[in-house]
Amino acid sequence: MTPGRARQLVIRTPEGVAFALALAGPIARFLAWLIDTLVTVALILVTVYLLLLLVVVSPSVALALVFLAVFVISFGYGIALEWWWRGRTIGKRVLGLRVVDEQGLRLTFPQVVLRNLLRVADMLPALYLVGGAACAVSRRSQRLGDLAAGTVVIRPPKTPAPEAVRAVAGPFNSFRRHPHLEARLRQRATRDAAEVALRALLRRDQLEPAARVALFGEIADHFRQLVSFPPEATGGLSDEQYVRNVVDSLFRARAGAAK
Amino acid sequence: MIVDLARFVERERPYWRRLEKSVARLEEAPAWPLEMNDALTLHYLYERAAAALNRIHTFSSDPEVTGYLESLVARAYAVIHSADRRRRRFRPVRWFFGTFPRTFRTHARAFALATAVTLAGSALGAFALAVDDEAKGVIMPFEGLKGDPSNRVEQEEAGGEDDQQLKTAFSSMLMTHNTRVSIIAMALGLTFGVGTILLLFYNGVILGAVVFDYLRAGEGVFLTGWLLPHGAVEIPAILIAGQAGLVLASAIIGRGAGDPLKVRMRQVLPGLVTLIFGVAVLLVWAGLIEAFLSQYHHPVLPYWLKISFGCVELVLLGLFLGLSGRRGAAEAAEEAA
Repeated sequence: MTPGRARQLVIRTPEGVAFALALAGPIARFLAWLIDTLVTVALILVTVYLLLLLVVVSPSVALALVFLAVFVISFGYGIALEWWWRGRTIGKRVLGLRVVDEQGLRLTFPQVVLRNLLRVADMLPALYLVGGAACAVSRRSQRLGDLAAGTVVIRPPKTPAPEAVRAVAGPFNSFRRHPHLEARLRQRATRDAAEVALRALLRRDQLEPAARVALFGEIADHFRQLVSFPPEATGGLSDEQYVRNVVDSLFRARAGAAK
Repeated sequence: MIVDLARFVERERPYWRRLEKSVARLEEAPAWPLEMNDALTLHYLYERAAAALNRIHTFSSDPEVTGYLESLVARAYAVIHSADRRRRRFRPVRWFFGTFPRTFRTHARAFALATAVTLAGSALGAFALAVDDEAKGVIMPFEGLKGDPSNRVEQEEAGGEDDQQLKTAFSSMLMTHNTRVSIIAMALGLTFGVGTILLLFYNGVILGAVVFDYLRAGEGVFLTGWLLPHGAVEIPAILIAGQAGLVLASAIIGRGAGDPLKVRMRQVLPGLVTLIFGVAVLLVWAGLIEAFLSQYHHPVLPYWLKISFGCVELVLLGLFLGLSGRRGAAEAAEEAA
């Protein structure tokens, strides 16, 4: 787990690749559970209402079906949905969560069944206190059912098409006319600073206008101190355009070095 | 060192897209549908994406591309490395007559312990009633059991006011209630078995008190005719649920085992689910018998018939749990391997 970041499950594959899955926190899980509870209650109410229409045929059969329906829905809802939707229920879909095997593998049916049946222990003594406490202290935010079944609840990352990087580079970069200064910039710029500039550009549309101006001002000042481009290269450039040029210069021509 | 991300993404993207499509198809497929060539291509694409991820980790930390690749590699990893976990066709008959009794026998010691705890509770329940009549009011869970057994027998044999119309509902209520209790008995294994043992012991106390109360009142025949037809299956079913709880507890405690908790849990997980589903099936049968047979007494149904039926059930259950599925054991071991 990296300090200051959300909890992560890092999986190392036999091929030597490591990837991280963001673990869902107790609050997100509680909200998903709340939605699922509401859905379950609604399902039970609708089913009971429909089954009670059978009272005119046979009160005993109607009541028997009500008992069965309540039992099957309350225990079967989580099992059926997590199995068919590969680790998701309606609540988890809404909150963008998913149950996965803690080794990153496909969920097995016994895992799905056990984590759902052991919910009765997690719900003790009331309001999920045991499960909530286990989730809060567990390194992987696991309730007891998860610990026993070897599962974790994650927030699968949204996976936008990776074209976004290309969009940050403008159609024209005035710094390209000064390759020796670009080279000096690449030499002096740290990797962290380059990443900060790139991330700022990728997220520029999510920033408040004032914050955007201030942020690009600071970043541009930092790079201006590293290398001084002549006025014909920087004339008329806003701070943001300046940073775009810097990012283009830094990230464009390193293919040879990386290959 | 910084990679030329734009060019890198542009070059690799077609491979990633192909991998994405293959993975999406396999995630939805119920069985592994790949020919050898397709499997090799999938593996190549996966390794290429994994290599790309490694490269991104090393030479860049662009969050968008890293996130995309991590997600893709994670999905591909799950698909490829879970090939042996894919859904197999479930055969209910083979499971019930083979897997379930075999699993029961594998954990026979836990069943013996569950039985011993229940018997100890029964002894205490009987002893409590023997030394203190007032204990009956505390121990008996239902009003119907708190009265005089002979009065109840008289009422039952007279036909009482038993509502014949609600037998089906009663049966359903019994099945669901007992299955819920069984699930709790198993789940309490998480308390290192303490909760499971307490539940079994408490059930035993009630059972012992009821048996003692009726025997003391000279109503042994009625009691046997009442309890045996459904109890012959219901009580062992609850004991098997307790067995599952104790197996869970044993895996958690891991005394004497060299394997870590995760490995121990993975080993017992399928067995736990088999036991609890087997219990549910047994309880469906017990619920039907309790509602449609156990509640009818002499002269509607002679006691000898009910007792004989219960004895036959008990013998069949013993044979089923003790012998069924022996032939398929070697085959099952191969399957598991």
